[in-house]
Amino acid sequence: MSNIDLIPPLLIVAPILAATLPIALGLRYDRTGWSVATITSTGLFAAALALASVVYTSGEVIHTLGGYPRTYGIQLVADEFSTLIVLLITGVAAGVLAYTRRGGPRGNTFYTAYLLLVGGLLGISLTGDVFNLFVFLEITSIATYALVASGDGPESAVAALKYLILGTVAASMYLLGVAFVFMATGTLNMVELSTAIPAAERPVLIQTGFAFIVVGFAVKVAQWPLHTWQPSAYQQAPDGVTPLIAALVSTASAYAFGRLIVTVFEVDYLAAMPNAAAIVLTIGCVSVLAGTVLAVIQTEVKRMLAYSSVSQFGLVIAAYGVVIAGNSETALTGAVIHLVGHGLLKTGLFLGAALVAASYGARTVDEYAGLATDRPIVAGSMAVLLFSLVGIPPSIGFVGKWYIALGAVESQLWPVAAVIFLSTMLTLAYAARLLEKMYFTPATVVERPHARGPVATDGGDADRDDDSTPDSEVEIDDGRAAAGLRGGAARNPVSVGMIAIVVVVALGAVALGFAGGAIAELLEPFLTEVIN
Amino acid sequence: MVTAAVSAQQIERWTTMIELLTSRYTYVLMFVLLGIGLYMIIASQNLVKKLIGVSLFQTSIFLFFVSMAYVEGGSAPIVPPESNPGELLVASPLPQVIVLTAIVVGIALTAVGLALVIRIYSEYGTLREDTLREVRADE
Repeated sequence: MSNIDLIPPLLIVAPILAATLPIALGLRYDRTGWSVATITSTGLFAAALALASVVYTSGEVIHTLGGYPRTYGIQLVADEFSTLIVLLITGVAAGVLAYTRRGGPRGNTFYTAYLLLVGGLLGISLTGDVFNLFVFLEITSIATYALVASGDGPESAVAALKYLILGTVAASMYLLGVAFVFMATGTLNMVELSTAIPAAERPVLIQTGFAFIVVGFAVKVAQWPLHTWQPSAYQQAPDGVTPLIAALVSTASAYAFGRLIVTVFEVDYLAAMPNAAAIVLTIGCVSVLAGTVLAVIQTEVKRMLAYSSVSQFGLVIAAYGVVIAGNSETALTGAVIHLVGHGLLKTGLFLGAALVAASYGARTVDEYAGLATDRPIVAGSMAVLLFSLVGIPPSIGFVGKWYIALGAVESQLWPVAAVIFLSTMLTLAYAARLLEKMYFTPATVVERPHARGPVATDGGDADRDDDSTPDSEVEIDDGRAAAGLRGGAARNPVSVGMIAIVVVVALGAVALGFAGGAIAELLEPFLTEVIN
Repeated sequence: MVTAAVSAQQIERWTTMIELLTSRYTYVLMFVLLGIGLYMIIASQNLVKKLIGVSLFQTSIFLFFVSMAYVEGGSAPIVPPESNPGELLVASPLPQVIVLTAIVVGIALTAVGLALVIRIYSEYGTLREDTLREVRADE
């Protein structure tokens, strides 16, 4: 127990060090990447669980790096809020590996970028220093650019470059904001800042700094109209990568933004700052509406889900606005739960979309016709996840939206409450399109122009889509026995693990829906600390 | 009487402004650089020039940090060899350390960006954004 404060640095250092292994071992052995990544991320998840068991029973765990005092040293802090995000990151990262073993992308360099990404994300969630946050944001971003660019087509390089330019400018904006705040206060530690900011002699500097930080995070979290990098990045990234970045990268940024609002600037100070609440609320609400409307008109499933992320993160940002404007504990609970819930839902949905693309090559909404009869389990899981995204109880999506809406009503911010209810209707509009195609439109073979031919990347075993399509559902029914019997199951583009992970995520989304109250209780000490 | 008071106030404002420009000219310079960088990112059609703009944008922020840390008459923040050096006036070391780290981050980003540009060039045979848009629209 005494060494529990070593877990936070270990969570960050272990994946970054392990990131060198796939390349180093790859010089000698092929395909070591998956094993290294699995061992690391399973270990990280176990460490995160151990950390959570301490944090939720006996309060926050703090590690001071190098023993330097926090005025100029760096602290890693695991409290009730950050531990929840750490659990989400390690859990999703470990889960996605179940897909990538068969579904790809393969190759050792992918796993290097994957581990760097996980290290950066855990750094964002655990750091207690605003400049250190910038460094981890950039580590995460660089890994994400590389992952997006590892897609097959040349389009992925264009999408990655667009992301790189916008993402770098955004991170620089954040750094500029930090510079202004540092100028006014002379410290970078989050806890020190929270006392130094109200005491600052020049509030103008703090206001300028906050303005730059808001713009920076509006890009990073992909808020309308600064979201333009996000749909093409999600769409062009390899199928196995999209669940990872869609679920985690923007979530970690949104977490960091929330952390800055509640811990660094503090709610009372921002409430007194002119226009701060109004601006954050407006960004959030506009993104909710714009994101959903754009999602409804998309034809590609991955792109539709990407725009849906714009609107769901809009909800989180709007909730932050409610927290500032109404000092609402309920809205903050909602924001945290929705962050975790949305991360989980998008993992499942993008994994489902990747699975369908791997087996049928179906990428547009129309091509999903008749999926329910061909693949009842995947279609069922995706239906559960979509309903959860809409916010139908009992599911995690409902719990988050419920708390946010409740917070808005309690704070008497009626326009925000209206936007949240309207967004639920609009979410139903695009979710229903997909559901209708899957369940009520009969499949026609002609409508699948993208059906998978002999793809060159795998050395072209051309017969695999012939034998895989009809019998892969059988394989699920017979479970592992069938997979074992077939022996040469490597030809099947869809493995049991790939289907199992989608089902597990769907079940998890429903189970967490029942556990909503428990999560709120776990967060309670943190909430009472930051909101008085 | 009233006009005289206003003009006195105005003169005072102008002198503070001029004072600010002469003593804090690095800040002004930094925002000019920031603007140039942002303009290059938006207006330039050439992808490499866009990246140069990004780099310039970042560098201006580094300069901001460094000039913020400057203390008039202060020396470099190095621990002197004497055991008891007495009163020392040094520049703040923290922003300089920050800038060192940020420079490393910036280089990594530029490298990744240039690698992407090379890939785009080998795929599409162009570095211009407008040509790139046409080529992609044709496909």
